[in-house]
Amino acid sequence: MTEVLMCAPDYYTVSYKINPWMNPRRKPDTTAAMAQWRALYKTMQGAGIKICLADPVPDLPDMVFTANAGLVFENDFILSNFRYSQRRPESAYFETWAESFGMKVRHLPQDYFFEGEGDALFFKDTLIAGYRLRSDINSHLHVSNIIEREVLSVELVNPEYYHLDTCFCPLDDTSALFYPDAFDGYGQKVLERIVPNLIPLSEKDARKFCCNAVVDGRNIVMNRCSPSLQEKLGSLGFTFHLLEFDQFIKAGGSSKCMVLFLRR
Amino acid sequence: MKKHEKTIIVRGHIIDSLSLSKIFDEIIDRGGNYLLEDIDIGKTRTDLSSARIRVSAGNTDALDSILTRLHQLGAEEPEEPPVHLEPAPADGIFPDDFYVTSNFETEIRHNNKWIKVQNTGMDCGIRVNTAGNSAACVKMNDVKKGEHYVAGLKGVRIRYIEKPGRAGEFAFMDSGVSSERPRQAMIIETAGLMKRIKAKEKSRIVVVSGPAVVHTGAREWLSGLISKGYVDLLLTGNALAVHDIEAAFFGTSLGVSLREGTATFEGHRNHMHAINRIRAAGGIGAAVEQGLLKDGIMHACIRKDCDFILAGSIRDDGPLPEVITDSVEARKAMRSGLRDAGLVIILATMLHGIAVGNMLPQKVRTVCVDISPAVATKLADRGSHQARGLVMDVEAFLHELCEALEEN
Repeated sequence: MTEVLMCAPDYYTVSYKINPWMNPRRKPDTTAAMAQWRALYKTMQGAGIKICLADPVPDLPDMVFTANAGLVFENDFILSNFRYSQRRPESAYFETWAESFGMKVRHLPQDYFFEGEGDALFFKDTLIAGYRLRSDINSHLHVSNIIEREVLSVELVNPEYYHLDTCFCPLDDTSALFYPDAFDGYGQKVLERIVPNLIPLSEKDARKFCCNAVVDGRNIVMNRCSPSLQEKLGSLGFTFHLLEFDQFIKAGGSSKCMVLFLRR
Repeated sequence: MKKHEKTIIVRGHIIDSLSLSKIFDEIIDRGGNYLLEDIDIGKTRTDLSSARIRVSAGNTDALDSILTRLHQLGAEEPEEPPVHLEPAPADGIFPDDFYVTSNFETEIRHNNKWIKVQNTGMDCGIRVNTAGNSAACVKMNDVKKGEHYVAGLKGVRIRYIEKPGRAGEFAFMDSGVSSERPRQAMIIETAGLMKRIKAKEKSRIVVVSGPAVVHTGAREWLSGLISKGYVDLLLTGNALAVHDIEAAFFGTSLGVSLREGTATFEGHRNHMHAINRIRAAGGIGAAVEQGLLKDGIMHACIRKDCDFILAGSIRDDGPLPEVITDSVEARKAMRSGLRDAGLVIILATMLHGIAVGNMLPQKVRTVCVDISPAVATKLADRGSHQARGLVMDVEAFLHELCEALEEN
């Protein structure tokens, strides 16, 4: 049974700017945000996913984006080293939570930034890991030593797609979504070589955070996307759960950012 | 390593992620170049690979720009192991396996920094101070119990200078010792260098001389050089001073008339009488002050305030009061005197020449003049590779050197 970690957006807001989507003068509607988060929660629950919850903490508005808390591999919880000081206090709370959940918390050298599943996604048994805008490539070496799997580092070159999970989304063992302009030529080649059916997104779908989708088996939860993308995904046999996440896109996140996979 | 070069290490799944190709391309795109010094490719898909790359660029800014980018791509500085330090077990005893220095400029890795070793000289140990921020070459009998010395070879690097001196300067130094070369050009270059040192450099000109300078009649040339301020330090033994003073008093050197070139009656007694007079006067300096010693090399040293160190030996007659008879003390004085040497001219002395060569950093320009080619060869064989030999009579050398100094 798939198990994930989420954190309710009790204190969610936009009070600082650490990516191009954020604007502290353009605050999210907190009531609408809570409703969107609950819809995600219920949809996933309905799809048979077990959801664990971390307690939200005042003044840490981005804790709702649990994908950035760390990377889980088997029973190891590789704790993130956040690049920006605004998010660094989150780590202590996620560490406590992971320990209470019975996982072994693994720390990376403090010199290297690493933002968890936000920048590290498995495609089959290879970890694709994004770097430069948030995570440092040097952290990948240490992650690779922990998980003993191949880690293919890809540089993220477009600040609007600052985390890998905003521009790359593995669907199954043969397919993945990606937004080409978020990568340079080397990164695109790496993805093309490893993913047999690599589906490029239009800029419009990319800006709707369609890569930031929660995929579990043949279920996909994502922000509303274009009919052409729906058609492509439909032809692959996926069941859609198209929801609205505009209140979270104001902070540069969508459904996947709010979910950290613990087991699947 | 050249100035605009840096070695970096990249590790990870650098082949399949195309990181290595990207690093190479980035270096070339930014106008640099690379040399893949070493690569270790993982044998399986999950094995990590690593590469050691020497990056070069046309100038510091270009290199910095490349390195800044390469750091984003995961390049790291190679880990540099620190030196291992051991305490000296007793006075005069280095720790076991102590690092034995060469005459090359040496640096040690300590407290995550490269520290330049002071007082470079061969066959010493490297002492690191208590604060761990300075290091110096120390001779065996200067070791004090409990001081910390570098042991083993790790964390030590030496900088070999291909050619002492500046580019285009002292070109004859490129070749070793030979009697088959036009010596005049070499002497003119030496004179030019001496003038340049006196005019622009803070370093000192040191002459190391044997008594043959007096025997061959070159006394007036050497005293002339001293009087004109071209010599800052004279390193020699008892004999040169004795025969120089003998010449001043009696016009002979070892009883041989310097004017006639023939043995004088009972001349073998002259040098003993000369020593006796100086000892009675209270020393060379006192003899000059008293008006007893009126000319010559030692007279010029006293008058011109040119430092001199007379190192004693068991063959010495007398010796003269200024002679340092404790050889360890003499060596200390010589090492100290050579600290700021910029040019060392070794004249017709094998033992003093080799001793001084052992004390000199490799960067110090060194000329060895001897009638025997074996002297310069021996000097080089014992590690003073920077020493260049001029195979010729020392009187002729000094005469021509003085003329060259007058001319250019």
